[in-house]
Amino acid sequence: MALLEVKNLGIVFGGLHAVEDFNLSLEKGSLYGLIGPNGAGKTTVFNMLTGVYKPTTGTFSLDGKKLTGKSPVEISKAGIARTFQNIRLFKNLSAIDNVKLGLHNQMKYSTFEAIFRLPRYFTTEKKMNEKAMELLKVFALDDEWDTLADNLPYGKQRKLEIARALATNPKLLLLDEPAAGMNPSETQDLMDTIRFVRDKFDMTILLIEHDMKLVSGICEEVTVLNFGTELAKGKTSDVLNNPEVITAYLGD
Amino acid sequence: MAKKSIKLSSTSKNNIVTYAILAAIFIFVEVWTATGNISSLFKGLLVPLCTYAILAVSLNLVVGILGDLSLGHAGFMCVGAYTGAFFSVLFKNSEGPEWLRFVIALLLGGIVAGIFGLLIAIPVLRLKGDYLAIVTLAFGEIIKNIVNLLYVGVDSKGLHISLTNSANLNLEPDGRMIIKGALGITGTPNDSNFVVGFILLVITVIVSLNLINSRTGRAVMSIRDNRIAAQSIGINIAKYKLIIFTISAFFAGIAGVLYAHNINSLTATTKNFGYNMSIMILVFVVLGGIGSTRGSFIAAMILTALPEMLRSVGDYRMLIYALLLIIMMIANNNEKIRSFEKRISLKKLIKTKKENRGGNV
Repeated sequence: MALLEVKNLGIVFGGLHAVEDFNLSLEKGSLYGLIGPNGAGKTTVFNMLTGVYKPTTGTFSLDGKKLTGKSPVEISKAGIARTFQNIRLFKNLSAIDNVKLGLHNQMKYSTFEAIFRLPRYFTTEKKMNEKAMELLKVFALDDEWDTLADNLPYGKQRKLEIARALATNPKLLLLDEPAAGMNPSETQDLMDTIRFVRDKFDMTILLIEHDMKLVSGICEEVTVLNFGTELAKGKTSDVLNNPEVITAYLGD
Repeated sequence: MAKKSIKLSSTSKNNIVTYAILAAIFIFVEVWTATGNISSLFKGLLVPLCTYAILAVSLNLVVGILGDLSLGHAGFMCVGAYTGAFFSVLFKNSEGPEWLRFVIALLLGGIVAGIFGLLIAIPVLRLKGDYLAIVTLAFGEIIKNIVNLLYVGVDSKGLHISLTNSANLNLEPDGRMIIKGALGITGTPNDSNFVVGFILLVITVIVSLNLINSRTGRAVMSIRDNRIAAQSIGINIAKYKLIIFTISAFFAGIAGVLYAHNINSLTATTKNFGYNMSIMILVFVVLGGIGSTRGSFIAAMILTALPEMLRSVGDYRMLIYALLLIIMMIANNNEKIRSFEKRISLKKLIKTKKENRGGNV
């Protein structure tokens, strides 16, 4: 059975069908791309899969568990993590605190234990620090663990956001334009990181991207969205050479 | 050992400095009092100094850490003050040590204020910014006005409560009035003093810092920094808002009890529990640097003591006070002055001194 099963997912904003009949079946460990021109509804799909928007039609489930209509918090706990197109880090917190926030639902102690500094506070914080440093190391951010997220260079902020998402121990990772605003060498570096994440954490990754080099470089399969509907679907190399897709991107 | 000092994050260093400053303030005031150099006016200001510092530190939790603008902090203080004073007057002549009565009054005032904090937080969960500010402002005014209408008396049959007048209480001949409407509560024992106030301030700071540097505090700050991202990693926004509102109101209540046990007759006026007061506390927090626990209590102390320090200039006192406030606000927000402060910071001075010494040896 597929890890993520999306059936006829659709959403209407005041008469506008932003996304219609979106179907997707993701096997565990796959690296899948979601592409399409601006305004095609790619991020809307992400927002539905993470509970930010409630879909008007259709269902989706993770590992056989139906998640349609659940809140973002419930969906995060169920195992879907995401990054954002415009980076949404906790700017006034240090890099390590950002990652520790990702661990929020993995390692727990109560507010009472925090205020009175009971033993569980120290043991849990120690575990959190170790786990967070481990994750920061994966993204070569361990030297900047105490730097405010806002003061990190752009590329590192993108990586920190992925590290934070991974800290929630997800089954499925959604990356929204991870290479946006990156130069070619940074993009290359990012591609290696994404592949590494997939292999090391045995992660299933669904990503939105405009950078075709990145998409053709790492995605095994893609779906092309145009005006909220599916235009093409299949192996990356086939889809990217599809005349309809080229027309959608470049016009007639 | 060396490895451990590297691991010390900038926040833990910051906290150590905060506690050091608190200790320095305490020693300074104690020495000042012991040598007898302190004027009677300042002596009278010592408890208010602690009261306002506690209020500022607790409001900072909502304004600085959660990032919500609350203008009803004086309302929680009012609830605490009346609850604590009521309890103390009720059990004034009963057996048992005085300190125990005061401790119970403090806890009771804090808890009742905390419950009010929770109650006000539930309806405002979905509000943000200006809307939240207006609702909390209204809450503070409502509390103040209700308290002004409240008549409570006690007799052999128990408590009697009325919201119209004292006659409606139908007290037995042996009964006594405790809360007398607009006349408030009189005869509260003077249990507050500087040491108690300061201990309460230290407790507030410790709880505040412990909270900020914990799983809960991080969750609250993540809501402030980015609500959507916080939800996306599974942070329950409603839960943490309620927690922080309750704790903040709890300490405002404690400050209220401290305030009530420092004066003889407690009344709810615009000056002490009205929105003027709420704004004043907000000024402390903003001036101290939003989100800074240390800044909150330092600003509260300076701004409470300032009018007294300016007494020598007579009628121009409030004028100069206002001017100083404006200058401090501007200076606090000026990029150039900030970078100047960084250049001449104490840390650097110590560093260069050490280096010089090293050179000599």
